[in-house]
Amino acid sequence: MLALLQQTSDFQIISRETVQLIMPEVILTVFGCAALVLDVMLPRALKKVVAWVSLSGVGLSLVSLGILYPNLVNNQSARVGFFEMILVDDYAVVFKLMFLIGAAISIILSIKYLDEEGEQHGEYYSLILFSVVGMMFMASAVDLLSLFISLELMAISVYILVGYLKRDRKSNEAAMKYFLLGAFSSGVLLYGMSMVYGLTGSTNLAKIAAAIPNVLKIDVVKTMTERSVMDMRYLLLLSMVFMAAGMFFKIAAVPFHMWAPDAYEGAPTSITAFMSVGVKAASFAMFGRLFLYGLPDLRATIAGNAADSVPSLPGWAVLLGVISAITIVWGNLGALTQNNLKRLLAYSSISHAGYTLLGLIAGNQTGYIGVVLYLFIYTIMNLGIFGCIIALKRRGISGDNINDLNGLIKKAPWLTVMMTIFLLSLGGIPPTAGFIGKFYLFGGLIETGNPWLARLAILAVVMTVVSLYYYLRFVKHMYIEEETETTPLAPSRVLNWTLSVAAVVIVLIGVYPKWFIDISQRAARSQALKTYSYKAEEAEQPLELPGSMGAPSR
Amino acid sequence: MEKAVFIIFAIVAVGSALNLIAQRNPLYSALSLIGTLASLSALYVTLHAQFIAAMQIIVYAGAIMVLFVFVIMLLNTPEDHPEIEKQQWLRYLAIPFAAVLIGEALYVFREIRNITLPAQGEAEHAIGTTWSIGTNLFTQYLLPFEATSVLILMAIIGAIVLARREES
Amino acid sequence: MTGLLLEWLIKIAVVFAILLTAVAYLSYMERRVAGWIQIRVGPNRVGPLGLLQPLADGLKFIFKEDIVPLKANKLLYIVAPAAAIIPALMTFIVIPYGSEVVLFGKQIALHVTRINVALLYVLGLTSLSVYGIVLAGWSSNNKYSLMGGLRASAQLISYELALGMAIIGVLVLTGSLDLVNIVEAQRGYWFGFLPKWNIFLQPVAFVIFFLAALAETNRVPFDLPEAEAELVAGYFTEYSSMKFAMFFMSEYLNLITSCSLATTLFFGGWTGPGVNSYPWLSIVYFVIKVFLLIFLFMWIRFTFPRFRYDQLMRLGWKFLLPTAIANVVVTSTVLLLVN
Repeated sequence: MLALLQQTSDFQIISRETVQLIMPEVILTVFGCAALVLDVMLPRALKKVVAWVSLSGVGLSLVSLGILYPNLVNNQSARVGFFEMILVDDYAVVFKLMFLIGAAISIILSIKYLDEEGEQHGEYYSLILFSVVGMMFMASAVDLLSLFISLELMAISVYILVGYLKRDRKSNEAAMKYFLLGAFSSGVLLYGMSMVYGLTGSTNLAKIAAAIPNVLKIDVVKTMTERSVMDMRYLLLLSMVFMAAGMFFKIAAVPFHMWAPDAYEGAPTSITAFMSVGVKAASFAMFGRLFLYGLPDLRATIAGNAADSVPSLPGWAVLLGVISAITIVWGNLGALTQNNLKRLLAYSSISHAGYTLLGLIAGNQTGYIGVVLYLFIYTIMNLGIFGCIIALKRRGISGDNINDLNGLIKKAPWLTVMMTIFLLSLGGIPPTAGFIGKFYLFGGLIETGNPWLARLAILAVVMTVVSLYYYLRFVKHMYIEEETETTPLAPSRVLNWTLSVAAVVIVLIGVYPKWFIDISQRAARSQALKTYSYKAEEAEQPLELPGSMGAPSR
Repeated sequence: MEKAVFIIFAIVAVGSALNLIAQRNPLYSALSLIGTLASLSALYVTLHAQFIAAMQIIVYAGAIMVLFVFVIMLLNTPEDHPEIEKQQWLRYLAIPFAAVLIGEALYVFREIRNITLPAQGEAEHAIGTTWSIGTNLFTQYLLPFEATSVLILMAIIGAIVLARREES
Repeated sequence: MTGLLLEWLIKIAVVFAILLTAVAYLSYMERRVAGWIQIRVGPNRVGPLGLLQPLADGLKFIFKEDIVPLKANKLLYIVAPAAAIIPALMTFIVIPYGSEVVLFGKQIALHVTRINVALLYVLGLTSLSVYGIVLAGWSSNNKYSLMGGLRASAQLISYELALGMAIIGVLVLTGSLDLVNIVEAQRGYWFGFLPKWNIFLQPVAFVIFFLAALAETNRVPFDLPEAEAELVAGYFTEYSSMKFAMFFMSEYLNLITSCSLATTLFFGGWTGPGVNSYPWLSIVYFVIKVFLLIFLFMWIRFTFPRFRYDQLMRLGWKFLLPTAIANVVVTSTVLLLVN
């Protein structure tokens, strides 16, 4: 007992440096609590102050991230803290930047939206801030425990936000569906994690990655009469599939996408915007950490043992490939027939999740740059399009239906132009940012030189063309259709300015993407992401992809 | 001695767990669950995890189950409710699943004889104490611990937001 | 091994017997104290000074008709008194009621058992005592019973938090959950005369603990679960005979346990002058301290009126709990600065 005491008193639990590592999160947490307290103190008319306080919290957090970053660069650009619970490297910092920008825009959208709904409350903003804290920890966590808890912190806040409009039955239904399926998928994820822990004996991703080659070893013990094979690969693959399933749910990949259209439609539009970018990007950040940092050895074919006729097994690249193909196809086809804008964008966001998965599969620098860059661009353009929908919201008109857009060009020409820019970017048309992102994602696949991956890229390109149909339907309604109603818009100056900046940024990235590519590259170069070359493997044995799944290799 | 304690409480735990699913009255089910939890806590003591044992009682039996019992009592469901199982085919689905589970259990029982557990040292005895749990919680697991506190705060706020009466 | 087992069994039997006798005489004491405070006589007919009154009461309980209401849930109705009294009886085993004595040439520590999570054990059993009350209230199938049961359990749960938080203050000082260690830490004197009792370091914690203990034992001014004027007798309205007696006993047992715990945590347990040379004296000190506290409880009962229910809840959640948390924070901060 005494020895233990001695040992613990020697621990430097919290040093200044480690606190610095989580300073942005600490600031957000403090402001989240401040928002709660302010909400109780302020009179009804002044509730909006809470929003501005939260926004300034996000701003301060950004500043602290900016101060933190150069420090990190000086210290070999990666820092481990809290007993290897978090790793703040370029990857984490870029994602944190993304979440903070997303949160800032979401808060601005919310001010206008909640005004229209008459639901201006302080808890709403503190819930947003706390969920951003969860997201930021998701990006920097490198331990199964901290990953899971930060995931739940984000998820639970968002469940509540989805059901925030208590008087709206759709909102209730959406929250219920999202919560039940989300809790279930968290359970599946946790189950997978627990098995990985059992197999590798550690919750730390680096240690897991180091232990996996041992787990993959096949022990064949032959005695005179019996031959027993100790093969843990199936168990490991099963746990990998469980973890992947949990993550697929969070990013809304088919077949775990069922909740998305309902949740997106029912949630307050500002929250739909927030969850479609924040939750998705954070889940991708976690996905990347789990699979590229923790399970890199499970990516491609897992070698068997020909002499003892133990078959080789496909790795997660195959799983992700199949899922992303289905997701892209299903998401785009599903969007074709939607008339509700939020539902349509839900399907579109499903397909975007599919595109982003492609970068993880590619496994090379280009692919990883694509993932970060695309999520960054997606954050801005998707918030932009939802911002436009919120700008349309006015008395008696939700702005959700595609017919609400009819003849918008006459009512609000600048809003129409901005909306067009965001739509073109979502569709991936060249002068906009969306094109650059897709270019990297698809380019990464082609670069691998693997025929199956190239076919996957071609499928994605074809489906991108299909997606243009429904994006251009918006344009048709805005420019060509006659006005169906004449209620004037209720413009908000802050919202308009924010959207304008977002639209300009989208065009700017399309024209001069260097800065954004640079920071994505920094993130993609993080040592925590293991790259992989399919070519090297091909020399030895062909990669098993969809067509040959399950067939034992020679 | 330890073995006798284990056997007694294991039987109670399994017995009340079976009773939990066999009972039609939800209140009896809840009470059997308390029995299971309490005997599990006794099993924790035999594993030298006294802190976990106490927490098991305080948190599960003393707090969560009280809520369950409250809800059941206040809803006061009639005891002889009609058959609500409309999906009869689910019953037949249960048979293969049960078979798989039993097979699995048998397999584990067969294999477990070949495994010799390492002898317990003094260090293992200290794992379950309040001291070592507290130490771990505030060093190794400090960050997840603090994040969990924010998580719980969040859940409380959520419950209040969703359950609050609308002021008109 | 067998010797140890035998020692345990004897200790358990002795403590059990003493506790039950004490419970019987507490009812006598309560009535005598009531009589004294209200300037009337109290029981004095059965035996000298009425000392045989508890015996007569016991006999009466046994011979009364045992009624089970027709529409009651019979099983739970019978189980409930047991569920109330068992945790109450179990709690006392971890409380050290004396130091070590030599008996038949053997060193015997005067506590039934010593476990390193004794305080958590006590808290756990306290939280289990809710079930007896809730089940009694529900299974009686009587609206007064149900109301009483609900009130009692809501009250128990609410005040348990404050109770636990108050204890943490002591815990932080001692650094142990073991009650024997907590008593040991309170031996000795400051400046040569002031005993090293925790109450001098944790007065706020003691006040909170005391109030919460009043509520936990359903004593006036927190006796709303059995408020005669509103609820007949609360959750045991329907009970009669020995079943009623069991609730009665469990309440007094809880009273004894609470006061023993308060003694152990805040008043130095069995410590006192001369304990080192005469270990048997420790039991005397312990009993005296406990009885003084019990007397305080009774004094309060016959002095104060009852709270209203919302006042009770407000006191628990909005005053006691925050104060207790503040106390923990202040205590830890001071300790950190001192060390």
